Amino acid sequence: MKLSDEQVKHIAWLARLAMSQAEVERFKLQLSHILENFEILQEVDTTDVLPATQTTASQNVFREDNAAESYPQQEILANAPNREENCFKVRAILE
Amino acid sequence: MNELCELTIHEAHQLLQQREISSVELTESTLQRIAETEDKVHACLTITNDLALEQAALADACANEGQAEALTGIPVLVKDLICTTGIRTTCGSRMLETFVPPYDATVIEKLKAQKAVIIGKTNMDEFAMGSSTEHSAFFPTHNPWDLDRVPGGSSGGSAVAVATDQAIYALGSDTGGSIRQPAGFCSVVGLKPTYGRVSRFGLVAFASSLDQIGPLTKDVTDCALVMNCIAGHDARDSTSARYPVPDYTTQLVPDLKGLRIGIPQEYFVEGMQGEVRETLETAINKLQEIGAAIDWKASLPSTRYALAVYYILAPSEASANLARYDGVKYGFSAVKASSVIDATEKTRGLGFGTEVKRRIMLGTYALSAGYYDAYYVKAQKVRTLIRQEFDRAFQEFDALVTPTSPTVPFRLGEKLEDPLQMYLSDVCTLPINIAGVPAISVPAGFADGLPVGMQIIGKPFDEETILRIAFAYEQATDWHKKRPPLQ
Repeated sequence: MKLSDEQVKHIAWLARLAMSQAEVERFKLQLSHILENFEILQEVDTTDVLPATQTTASQNVFREDNAAESYPQQEILANAPNREENCFKVRAILE
Repeated sequence: MNELCELTIHEAHQLLQQREISSVELTESTLQRIAETEDKVHACLTITNDLALEQAALADACANEGQAEALTGIPVLVKDLICTTGIRTTCGSRMLETFVPPYDATVIEKLKAQKAVIIGKTNMDEFAMGSSTEHSAFFPTHNPWDLDRVPGGSSGGSAVAVATDQAIYALGSDTGGSIRQPAGFCSVVGLKPTYGRVSRFGLVAFASSLDQIGPLTKDVTDCALVMNCIAGHDARDSTSARYPVPDYTTQLVPDLKGLRIGIPQEYFVEGMQGEVRETLETAINKLQEIGAAIDWKASLPSTRYALAVYYILAPSEASANLARYDGVKYGFSAVKASSVIDATEKTRGLGFGTEVKRRIMLGTYALSAGYYDAYYVKAQKVRTLIRQEFDRAFQEFDALVTPTSPTVPFRLGEKLEDPLQMYLSDVCTLPINIAGVPAISVPAGFADGLPVGMQIIGKPFDEETILRIAFAYEQATDWHKKRPPLQ
């Protein structure tokens, strides 16, 4: 599996990662090499094998819906890079 | 007597109970050791001197009333992706360089309930992605057995801290070998519990179906004591198991009579160093001497697919988990941007290091339209087969024994430009996370003066048996007593 420049840029866009052309070149080679090694999986017969999503065989887990104390607003906001009054501040979404 | 920081948990506990030493003295000794060694090994990201001494004074008050539990007053270092209230938790990343958690992880609550003394946070590969601790955004950690070599990773800081007596024990996390491989590289004991045995609440997520927190300690008894404290169900982690927690120290007996141990041939892989193989064979012969029945011809044929399965599933889960870092609620945020999307892309492009970006890219690709079935679902199916092979092997054996890593610690920089070679360093540990079973790495000797680890793999939720084997081996050898000649 050889990735193209366009594919690498598309993946970077999906992942919301800004990327320089040098990084695109580097990842193109490295990811292609890694993906080639994944082709080994195609030799495994997985007919009728169910995909594993977990290993503990647990079923849906439920709990009582009890109200409890939450964290103080100021503590949660303390890590925000940009804030205004009691809100996280973000850039305008609509032009 | 040697320096207090050189004590194990059980030795220190006894002296604390008898009031021969105080927690403040013990804590000062570890802080002193950190000050002496840190410029050589660079194991720590944050040291909390004042807070630690306050906690030690409280622990001493507790011990004076005769109420010291196993971990009361004992200094611990914590891998820097386990949340600690009021102490920054960086994950080894620029993205979280200034992040101060507003809550404690469940394991930290449990340590604090026993009045443990937290002395700081240890270095790691960024977001636990790496096998050498060179992917820390801050600085690499050095192996105390040879400062030009890596300590393993991603819990390299925790392993080095224990090996150099900077702390009496440490916590790490293990997604594909991140406790066991550095434990093996630094000649300390490291346990990855069964998936679900220890709560992940407050552990910054890397790959949620694989991550587990576990102890790094100076001996097996200490490992059991830490497990007694941190294991158990937690309503805040719905994947944590409801099985009762045994007292892990009760099965620590010095013989292995009646135990059947399988040696899966596939783990003695191509590319394995000859001296590592010889060291392991000697260790396995020792297990036989002390009573275990060894079968050298055990087989887990799907082992050869584990690397591919892991490097599809773990990055896929990581790409979803790390989507949260958008520079809005916490963490690094790019200042100059023209739009919301531009800001997000720049924040992530500048905030994440190369290995994290590589894995996000890999995972995003494996989950993207057109490739999801061929990569992600296929890997999940092979995961089922790998687990089934372990289940079958455990019908025949009580435990499996393998090397922890196919090589001794490699040189700093040696594998940085070849990610696939770096990934191969975990080839013996990855399958265990895929299967969700427990495994421990114990010191098993030296090859060319560098540590070799032995990995003992157990049935799900049967940490007791692998601890017993590890303990019996430790009693019959003295590798765990060797300390690096760090001067």
